[in-house]
Parts: sequence; structure tokens; C-alpha cells
Amino acid sequence: MTDSTFSMPAPHPKERRLIFENISKPGYDTSLETYLRHGGYESLKKALGMKPGEIVDAVKAANLRGRGGAGFPCGMKWSFIKYDDGKPHYLVVNGDESEPGTFKDRYILHHDPHQLIEGVVISAFATNCHLSYIYIRCEFPHAAKIVWKAIQEARAAGFVGKNILGSGFDLDIYVHQGAAAYICGEETGLLESLEGKRAYPRIKPPYFPAVLGLYMQPTIVNNVETLCHVKHILRLGSEEYAKMGTPGDGGTRTLCVSGDVARPGFYELPVGAVTLGELIFDLCGGLRPGRKLKAVIPGGSSAKVLRAGEKFKIKAKGPDGAMTEKEIDMLDVVMDAASLAAVGTMVGSGGVIVMDDTRNMVQVLNNLNQFYAHESCGQCTPCREGSLWMSKITTRILDGGGVEKDPATLKNVADNIAGRTICAFGEACSWPTQSFLTKFPEEFSAASAKLLN
Amino acid sequence: MGMNERETQSGAQVAKVTPEFEAQAEDLISRYPVSRRSATLPLLHLWQNTFGSIDDSGVEWIAARVGVGPVQVVEVITFYPWFRRKSAGRTIIRVCRTLSCALAGSHDIKEKFCQAVGVDPHSHSHGFGAPPPTAPDGEFSVEFVECLACCGSAPVALINDDLHERIQPEDVPAIVKKYQS
Repeated sequence: MTDSTFSMPAPHPKERRLIFENISKPGYDTSLETYLRHGGYESLKKALGMKPGEIVDAVKAANLRGRGGAGFPCGMKWSFIKYDDGKPHYLVVNGDESEPGTFKDRYILHHDPHQLIEGVVISAFATNCHLSYIYIRCEFPHAAKIVWKAIQEARAAGFVGKNILGSGFDLDIYVHQGAAAYICGEETGLLESLEGKRAYPRIKPPYFPAVLGLYMQPTIVNNVETLCHVKHILRLGSEEYAKMGTPGDGGTRTLCVSGDVARPGFYELPVGAVTLGELIFDLCGGLRPGRKLKAVIPGGSSAKVLRAGEKFKIKAKGPDGAMTEKEIDMLDVVMDAASLAAVGTMVGSGGVIVMDDTRNMVQVLNNLNQFYAHESCGQCTPCREGSLWMSKITTRILDGGGVEKDPATLKNVADNIAGRTICAFGEACSWPTQSFLTKFPEEFSAASAKLLN
Repeated sequence: MGMNERETQSGAQVAKVTPEFEAQAEDLISRYPVSRRSATLPLLHLWQNTFGSIDDSGVEWIAARVGVGPVQVVEVITFYPWFRRKSAGRTIIRVCRTLSCALAGSHDIKEKFCQAVGVDPHSHSHGFGAPPPTAPDGEFSVEFVECLACCGSAPVALINDDLHERIQPEDVPAIVKKYQS
């Protein structure tokens, strides 16, 4: 079976690999035997000796935030489930990895399935789930086979199934394949898809599937990478795990870098360990020869774009402990959720897309607009119509048919989608248009003015 | 008569369902102990992988198995870009269109694939269950798809089940040759 060719350079001194520690070792394969030789299922044994509530507390104390995009505290999400409410609980793994620029879960699913399965069993034990589905996008056909084979191996060895390792805890895990729709990454859309329907996201409230989820029962939906972290929290202890990150955002995070850098790829780093500048110029080897940085989308295609040279005023604690305001360059922004939020964008799913000075920003935005127009599920009018209009307008500008008021029209359409839809897709499709227009106004007005001038 | 015993209208077509196919379908359904309807997508994949596309007989067969009306299967097919009502080429080349791959030249790569296999580079699927553009000899289909989540080694294409990465325009003829019968 062929999938992504796998070559990782030796870790950069700033990297700390937990999730990718074994994957990057030569000769590491997906068999149970290999996993056991690398300390596999030891965290599960530890977990089964703990009280479920203690595991939830450990994940809370570790400050694990979801790695799928929204960054919600994982332990808090779990605590929304009442352990013994007498209802069936389900654990659903979001392996739909579809946010453009993100490509970390692909490697976990293809190269270390047992790490995910161990995380799933521990998490299901902590939340009293006895049935779990791993939702894998169908564009990963090998991953679905690899993970399913690993589940069967784990079952044969007593790590999955009835009475896991003699603990009395039962868990069945199945793989469910998607069918190429981005919206299945939205957790309630994913649940609808898993119920055999169109992936229309559900109306909120309730805001959390922990209240009403799969088959209208309490359900935990977690990203692939997030569940893998659970294993490492138990292995290292909450305190050591939390210490790696920043206050309120523990552990490591995988940043996926693509676009115009010398060394694209994924880099697993302690949360907050590098700035955007260090990531691009130090870890990724900078831009290609002779090129200058122009723009960066820091957290998956939905994240608002940053323009090279852009300055931000942020609040920082001075040496005397008092809060002072200081000005920083976009390259000095720390790659964590809080720092990126402070400059008006987000770390999202960790997909960093870098663009150099040869790139036309109208073309870039048009590419994203076409993506969102194609992927809007069509349920809410502002998004269904608006995403299509934004795509039509940027396409027309590129075809030389732009008119002077196009930038204003684009902004107006985007402003009328965000906040007016059932799910966050509305924001996701508006933010690129809003931010590209704000950050690169001269390119849009120059391209749009052609006909009328 | 319960929903699960619904008779399909095109009995002749269903004759193509072999005992082996039946067994695979039952295995998939058994993975959803709470609701058979959850097996809709897996059964659609199974049908499409086995027969090339999901025609009316497939819709009716699956609807009967999962206990819904045929329209509830059709609305699923037309929602998800992966499913098609008519057959595509024997080999399907799916080139990633989204940003990182586009920056790395995927438009050029897609055009090269189209030229190499005889698909009109300007044609595209109209969605709603339509198959991707296919060469007249039925050997190849070529289409743009959205992000394949392999942006670090762009441009990429998924050809049948296999991923091809860092494709250069000059690599295209050799890649196509591997899939020619």
C-alpha cells in the first residue's frame, strides 16, 4: 500500500516529539508488536487502574486543548458527560482532517494507528463510552484499512472488546468512512453523516454533543491528535505535560507548514515554543532563494491572513509586573492560541500556509473562495448564496471584469454571512475575504478598477 | 411488510448481488448495532466500489437494507461529492485544487493529466451524483478535488487509492503509463 512518502529530518532543537516520536523512527511500522515494543498500551494499563473521574481530572490539569481547530479544553468537554446518567455514551473520533493546510492526522492514521486506539480506549473508559466510531475521510482509503486492521489486532490482544485487560470495561471501535465533504469536519455535521444522512450541521443549542450527540445520546467528539495526547498525559503526568506548554494550553502541538517555504512539513513543538518568524526562517529554512515573505495564513485556510511587516500592539507584562503595551511585528507573534487570537487571527488546526512576494492575493483569495463555495453544505441561505457570490466576484475580478465597487461588495457579502449561520462555516468562509480585503486593499482595488478607469 | 423486507422494483438488476457481496454488506451493517441507517455511507461505498456507480437498483437495494425510502439514499448520494450515479473511468485521477497545491502548480498538473489521458481540461463534474469527466475510451477520469490533506508535499493527486506527491509536469506521462491497461 502506498501513501505519503515519509521522511522527517532529525528534530529541530526546539521540537519535542510526543505524538510523532515513534513515527519518525526508521523501521517503525503499524503492527501491534512494534507498538508494544515502543511502550504501547502501557498508559491504558495505568488508566484501567485509575478511577474514570481521575482521568478526566488529569486531562483537565494537563490543560489539553482540542487540536482540531476550535481549541476547546478537552477535560472540560469530557466533564459535560455525566458518568452514570444511565444513558448510552458514544466516543466519536474526528479523522475527517479537511481544513486546507492541515496534514497531521493523516500521518498518525497511516503510520501509528495503535497510538490513536490507545487514546480512544482510555478516553472511552474515562467517559463511560462503550461504542466508538473513528470517522476517517474517504480520501484516506489506506488509513481506513490500516486503522481497522489495528483495531482487530488490538481486539485479539484484549485491548479492545469485552472485558478489556480483565477490567470489566467493554468497548467496541469501528471505522466509518466519509465521502469527501469538508462539512463533516464540523462535529454535528459529522454525527449526521455517521447517522447515514446529509452532513447538515445541527442547530445550536445544545452547543455540545455531550448533551445530544450521536443517536441523540451524550457523545464526545474529539480530533485524532487530541486523543493521542491523552495517552501521553497519563504517561508523563499532568504536571510535566502541562509544563511543556503555556498557562492554560499544555503539551505539544503539531504545526503543519506548506506553501512557499524551503522545508515544508510538520513540526511538533511545545505549545508557544516558537514565534511565527522562528517557525518560517529557522525550522522551515526560510523562503526559496531570492523570495521575500508576503503573507501567512497561520491556522488553516479559515484563519485570518497576516501581512508581512504588519505591526500589532499587544499587552505584555513588564519586568515590574505591570501590564504595558508594546508593538510587535507579525514575525514575533508566538504560535499559540492566545497570542494569535490577540492579533486577530487563530492557531486553529495548526495549518500554516506561507506565501512569497510572487503571489497575487486576488488569486489566493479566489482559490479559497472557490473552496468554500464548493463545500458549503447549502443549509443556511447566507452561506450557500454568499460563498458562491464571493467566489463569482473574485473569479470575475481575475478574468478582468472587476468593477470599482467590487471590494466593497465582497466585504458586504462576507459581513452578512458571519454570525448568521447554524455552524462556524459561516465565519470560516467570511474571514478569508474580510482579512484579505483589509490587509491587501491596494491589490483588490487595482485589480477591480481596470474596467472603469 | 417491514421496511427491511421491502421488495426492490428492479429485481433483474439485483441478480448481480452475489452471496459474497451480501456477506460484506451484512458485516458492514453489523458495525452499527444502534441504527441500521448508519450503514448508508458504508453500503454506498461498497456498491460503488463493486459496481462502479450507484444506479437505481443500488439505491433501492441499499434503502431496503437500511430501512429508509429510496429518496433518502439519493439525497445522500447527491450531497457527497464522492458518490456517483453513473460510472467513471477505470482509473480516477483526483488532483488537489486547494491553496497549497495550487501554489505548487496543481492547475498545470491537472491540465497535463487531462492531455495525457484524453479528457477535456475544461470539463468538470456538475455534482449531484454526476461522474467526473471521463475519456471517450472509458479508461481514465480526471477531476479537481478539494484539499487532500497532504499540503506539505504539494502538489498531490489521489489516483484510485494511491497518493502521488510532489508531482512535476514532466512526471505525468510516466505516472499515467503505470495505470494504462
